[in-house]
Amino acid sequence: MAGHTAPIDSKKLWGGGISPFNASYGKIMMWFFLVSDAFTFSGLLISYGYMRHRFEDVWPVAEDVFTHFPFLHGDHPLLYVALMTFILIMSSVTMVLAVEAGQRMNKKGVTLWMALTIVGGLIFVGSQAWEWYHFIHGTELGALQLADGTIAQWASAAKDALVLPGGAEITGAEAAAMIQSGTEVYGANLTVNEYGVPLFGDFFFFITGFHGTHVFSGVVLNFIIFVNVLKGTYEKRGHYEMVEKVGLYWHFVDLVWVFVFTFFYLI
Amino acid sequence: MSATAHHQDNDFLFKYIFSTDHKMIAKQFFLTGSFMGLIGMLMSSIFRLQLGYPGESFPFLESFMGGWAPDGVLSPDKYLALVTLHGTIMVFFLLTAGLSGTFSNLLIPLQLGARDMASGFMNMLSYWFFFLSSCVMIASIFVEGGPASGGWTIYPPLSALPEAVPGSGMGMTLWIISMALFIVSSLLGSLNYIVTILNLRTKGMTMTRMPLTIWAFLVTAILGVLSFPVLFSAVLLLFFDRSFGTSFYLSDIYIAGQALEVEGGSPILYEHLFWFLGHPEVYIILLPALGITSEVVATNARKPIFGYRAMIGSILAIGFISFLVWGHHMFITGMNPFLGAVFTFTTLLVAIPSAVKVFNYLTTLWKGNIRFTPAMLFAIGLVSTFITGGLTGIILGDSALDINVHDTYFVVGHFHIVMGLSGTFGMISGIYHWFPKMYGRVMNKSLGYIHFWATIVTAYGIFFPMHFLGLAGVPRRYYANTEFPMFNEMYDINELITVFAIIAVASQGIFIFNIFYSMFKGQKSPQNPWESTTLEWTTPVEHIHGNWPGELPEVHRWAYDYSKPNIEEDFVPQTVPLREGEEDENH
Repeated sequence: MAGHTAPIDSKKLWGGGISPFNASYGKIMMWFFLVSDAFTFSGLLISYGYMRHRFEDVWPVAEDVFTHFPFLHGDHPLLYVALMTFILIMSSVTMVLAVEAGQRMNKKGVTLWMALTIVGGLIFVGSQAWEWYHFIHGTELGALQLADGTIAQWASAAKDALVLPGGAEITGAEAAAMIQSGTEVYGANLTVNEYGVPLFGDFFFFITGFHGTHVFSGVVLNFIIFVNVLKGTYEKRGHYEMVEKVGLYWHFVDLVWVFVFTFFYLI
Repeated sequence: MSATAHHQDNDFLFKYIFSTDHKMIAKQFFLTGSFMGLIGMLMSSIFRLQLGYPGESFPFLESFMGGWAPDGVLSPDKYLALVTLHGTIMVFFLLTAGLSGTFSNLLIPLQLGARDMASGFMNMLSYWFFFLSSCVMIASIFVEGGPASGGWTIYPPLSALPEAVPGSGMGMTLWIISMALFIVSSLLGSLNYIVTILNLRTKGMTMTRMPLTIWAFLVTAILGVLSFPVLFSAVLLLFFDRSFGTSFYLSDIYIAGQALEVEGGSPILYEHLFWFLGHPEVYIILLPALGITSEVVATNARKPIFGYRAMIGSILAIGFISFLVWGHHMFITGMNPFLGAVFTFTTLLVAIPSAVKVFNYLTTLWKGNIRFTPAMLFAIGLVSTFITGGLTGIILGDSALDINVHDTYFVVGHFHIVMGLSGTFGMISGIYHWFPKMYGRVMNKSLGYIHFWATIVTAYGIFFPMHFLGLAGVPRRYYANTEFPMFNEMYDINELITVFAIIAVASQGIFIFNIFYSMFKGQKSPQNPWESTTLEWTTPVEHIHGNWPGELPEVHRWAYDYSKPNIEEDFVPQTVPLREGEEDENH
């Protein structure tokens, strides 16, 4: 190294022979994977925004769609999904605590906080199933699919008057003719949606389903790591880096949910 | 991760099949990718026959294609299937996986001084996902209805309605499955390349001492990690449209006067998602080829690469801009003219870093002590095609001009020259150059020269006249233009192109022969056959696990110390410490 002056710190970091971020290859790989996955979700969410913009006037309002709460009657708009979101965010908190306990090599702490994280994840996935069930099941009243395929809501429980997507109310003989030629629909699936345009259902099922798959695989990963923690694998290894890696994934999945929640429910 | 596999050396299965050694995986990618490329190339010669001699009977076609070519005439739907698969295979299987998979795997650890890739296991998985993906794509040729035939961009509705055309059924489903596997393979590979480059450089190998090949592979891998996931979301939505009755991409479709139930979707959405991948994909193909060229040009001109830092800057700039230009594939989709102007602007911006690269190649060659090895000829060929194709790119990137030549042979000529030829020339150049590193033998030079001249003459012979066809308005993708009297005068050009295409395909036979001949009978290579400065030539000719027998080499200088002033030797390898009073070129 003749002719070299003492290198400054950043040069040393990038000078080869060591990791510039002072991180293992696995952790950097996880970061790049998450960036990649973020692009997948961005692609989906931007598609959702693009389509919603095209049907701005007739897009169903989430507050009218998601009004159920277990064991309670009446309208509770977005209450349950708020609870779900809260639980998922709390599971991120417990994950942070698990990682922190791992850094102190505190096996008991890691076990406890990982277990709570897994429980939080399971509650979230279960809640999503519940939410799907009610969305698929629909309202007791249902709606009317007109002959041209558009969805009109019943003006009242008597089912003799209609509200068109634009908001115009139709009564009397005109409504009767429409009811004659239309079909009653209940709930939502991938082709029909009693709350309005089918694309709402398409995107809802696809994106929350895709996210739910991520949460579920996160729970599975967390569980595998949890078992290893119990077996003492990481204690023998001398570090709990695997917990950190699944932690990164878990936080990412939570962060994505914040976006999904914002775009589907709040806006 | 280093020399863990020593005991497996004698085990055929682990040495050749489930190897985690990056050099073996590189060879696996090379052979699989080239095989796919061969198939894609043969497909093009078959549909070129139809285009050059529309409706004429070639009985030998029926003998091996059976019902695809009744009475020796290629049927229209199978013509479309061949065009589709030709595009898919060439773009993804040959020039993405074949090119990056071969050279990133081979060169990243060797040129950086690493024992192997960061994760050998993931590297092996990456190859096997690619292999599976190739098998599924090949299998799709043999299913009922034939393979996908909606063009390599698989636009809906042809791809979204299983009943639209024969190839929209099982063939299309397999295309999607194959691409999903391909994306997994690409992701596993790219993650590995990135972390290996960041984490496993040997001591002294700073980022600005890395050979430009490595810079190109790094940016390519990042582009792959960022763009393929968007294709993944696009094909997932497509899969739902096909299988579960959603309507993300479909609306107002009438089949035989009957309106389909699906409504609300937009095929334009698919185009946006697809081209958000599709344009970076062009640079996923080009950048490795340009990286290889930088290395080959500098080595064989016996001069340091001109403007090393500018080269890095231009690679980064091209990578960044490539994400902002996808709209130029969609100028005629009814896009807001203002948006068209924006995309025109960003597209023409790409010309700046591209011109920097071309300028630097030319100035590197300028007054160099050029050694015309076959690799060097192909590298210079790349510079030529990159200029030719780049110039027509300026025309196509302009939204006003593009409307006139959109979807004509002008476009076909453009992208085949700038992406197809440049990509393949870079790959072939790399094969000639690093063949000694892969197989310990040097490829035959005379055959290489014949191969080069036959290739470059026929390549221009094929694609240059296409610009005239396009300017005359001949549309691409059509089975035949015989129904349009105004194109009758163009008939001769089409025939000429076909003749050149067949000679071009035949002359690749020389190359394939040379590869296999040299693999077994070629002249044994010395350790550093091209008198190169980079680290891969300091490893033993015979492959060993862990690459270097003893300690990892330490790097003391940048990769381009050729013909350094005041130094006696013609070149100074990177491992040689700086001498008294000598300065590192790049510090």
